[in-house]
Amino acid sequence: MSNSPAPRRGAPVKTTGLHIGEAEPGVAKVDPIVVLDGVKRTFGGLTAVDVEHLEIPRNAITALIGPNGAGKTTLFNLLTGFDKPNAGTWSFDGQTLAGVPSFKVAKMGQVRTFQLTKALALLSVLDNMKLGGKDQKGENLFRALVPSSWRDQDRALEEKAIELLARFKLDGKKDDYAASLSGGQRKLLEMARALMSDPALVMLDEPMAGVNPALTQSLLDHILDLKTQGMTVLFVEHDMQMVRHIADWVVVMAEGRVVAEGAPREVMQNQAVIDAYLGSHHDTDLGEDPTRVDTIKELLHDDDRT
Amino acid sequence: MIDWGQLFSNAAVELISPTTAAYALAALGLAVHFGFTGLLNFGQAGFMALGAYGYAISTLTFNFPVWASVLVGIGASVVFALILGVPTLRLRADYLAIVTIAAAEILRLIFTTNTYIDVTGSANGLSGYKGGFAALNPLPEGTYGFAPFTNNSYDTWLRIVAWTIVILACLFVWLLMRSPWGRVVKGIREDEDAVRALGKNVFSYKMQSLIIGGVLGTVAGMIFILPRAVVPSNYQTTLTFFIYTILLLGGAATILGPVIGSIIFWVLLSFISGFIARAVEVGWLPFLSNVQAGQLRFVIVGVVLMLIVIYRPQGIFGNKKELAFVK
Repeated sequence: MSNSPAPRRGAPVKTTGLHIGEAEPGVAKVDPIVVLDGVKRTFGGLTAVDVEHLEIPRNAITALIGPNGAGKTTLFNLLTGFDKPNAGTWSFDGQTLAGVPSFKVAKMGQVRTFQLTKALALLSVLDNMKLGGKDQKGENLFRALVPSSWRDQDRALEEKAIELLARFKLDGKKDDYAASLSGGQRKLLEMARALMSDPALVMLDEPMAGVNPALTQSLLDHILDLKTQGMTVLFVEHDMQMVRHIADWVVVMAEGRVVAEGAPREVMQNQAVIDAYLGSHHDTDLGEDPTRVDTIKELLHDDDRT
Repeated sequence: MIDWGQLFSNAAVELISPTTAAYALAALGLAVHFGFTGLLNFGQAGFMALGAYGYAISTLTFNFPVWASVLVGIGASVVFALILGVPTLRLRADYLAIVTIAAAEILRLIFTTNTYIDVTGSANGLSGYKGGFAALNPLPEGTYGFAPFTNNSYDTWLRIVAWTIVILACLFVWLLMRSPWGRVVKGIREDEDAVRALGKNVFSYKMQSLIIGGVLGTVAGMIFILPRAVVPSNYQTTLTFFIYTILLLGGAATILGPVIGSIIFWVLLSFISGFIARAVEVGWLPFLSNVQAGQLRFVIVGVVLMLIVIYRPQGIFGNKKELAFVK
């Protein structure tokens, strides 16, 4: 793409002024693309997700962070129709998504990637990409039998795929099986494939996990690129460095709830976030625990005797 | 002494026999299910039984013309596919395997039970339904072909129809699999959640694939009964496993694989059984009785299948490159 900006060197441009009022859990946004209300998902006795109210701002990069088991991936699955909540309503772009199956959610323009990459191993890289194309005539059983009815569309799709692959530096691999790609390249392929449908909202589940540092920078640039092209990005990530670098807005989850929201720099100073990540007793010195000291003394004493 | 010429010509007959064509078609259906879409259908024998009984019962009990009997068989198999697919295609692949193997057995037992003996002929099966098909024969009486492929008018007509259907079916599956439709089902084979995340109705595609492969199996079942009678014991699970043998022999995700696989399977089976029978007669295998010799060919088929899966898992036509990535 000729109009896409050159790889960034300095700090990315942050979008600000996304929220209305105090930055607190459930704060209203100026222009929300996703709105959740009272979404709750339990697995037996465990409440995985319990979100009272959450809005995701449009045309911004929102990071969803939180310790392991905070319910981030479960929330992802609920948003994309891969899982059903026990209660609650949520909408995308004004359309309610309750009970809408995952493939229809994707058709509406909300595309996701997976934490464990799902490259279609025994399809070529190019076929992987073409599969992402929307509204393909040849995907109808009867039209499929008449190649002339879908050939033109397929050719256009192929051009678009090659253009995208070139942007992700995968065009040299287009005829290889996706199985032959490295883990990081598969992440790139999955992201590129998601973009084939020109989505409005891209949801990335841990895009950096397992990607080597050399690729990280280009992947970050790609994510920032999506924003300049008018898409909204929601991503789950553990790497705070990356969150601070590219996110415009951060939502922090812990034990299924949203515990904090705000711009990256402010949110990382928030006491609730520090507690969620490090535990609320993180500044208590464990060495002062008297029973522990006694045990160590006893052990030392034993050593002396032998 | 063993008459080798006779042995080879007997085996050569299987090259173009309607049974070979029927197995090729059933294996092609299984290629659509298993090779291309990744559906573990272990009930192909059930689809074949529906074709056989659907055709024979419509003709004998209801006096339907040939085209109507064919449609009844196909309709029955579409309904069967829907019944199997609706509850299981939303679940993991292994559930379909369990349900199909059981459903095929249920069908066979229904056809065998004495309760419906007037319609199904119970364990004796059905015969006398070939009149309609023979009446369509445009070939005048006489002998056609050259040795060892000489046949009477009916058998020649049957061979022409059977292999024409196989060729058309191959063309149909080839057209499908090179289209975007084929791309979607192959994607489903690799990872259905990923395809779902790209906005494809995975359930619908799996259902379409199950129906297409099932209908191919059903038509195979009709071809299968035209040179013989309908006998329920032919539709045991072993039939499904023979078809899997053929599919793996030729290559699971290929078009020509099932056809060539079926030809090799039947020619080899005929040759081996002929050879063993003669060898027992001339006293080369003194430790075997005639009855035992008849079963030995299936032992050999089993060993051959194991050797294929171990040493050439991609089959004859399969892509060697794919195997570099098999987990």
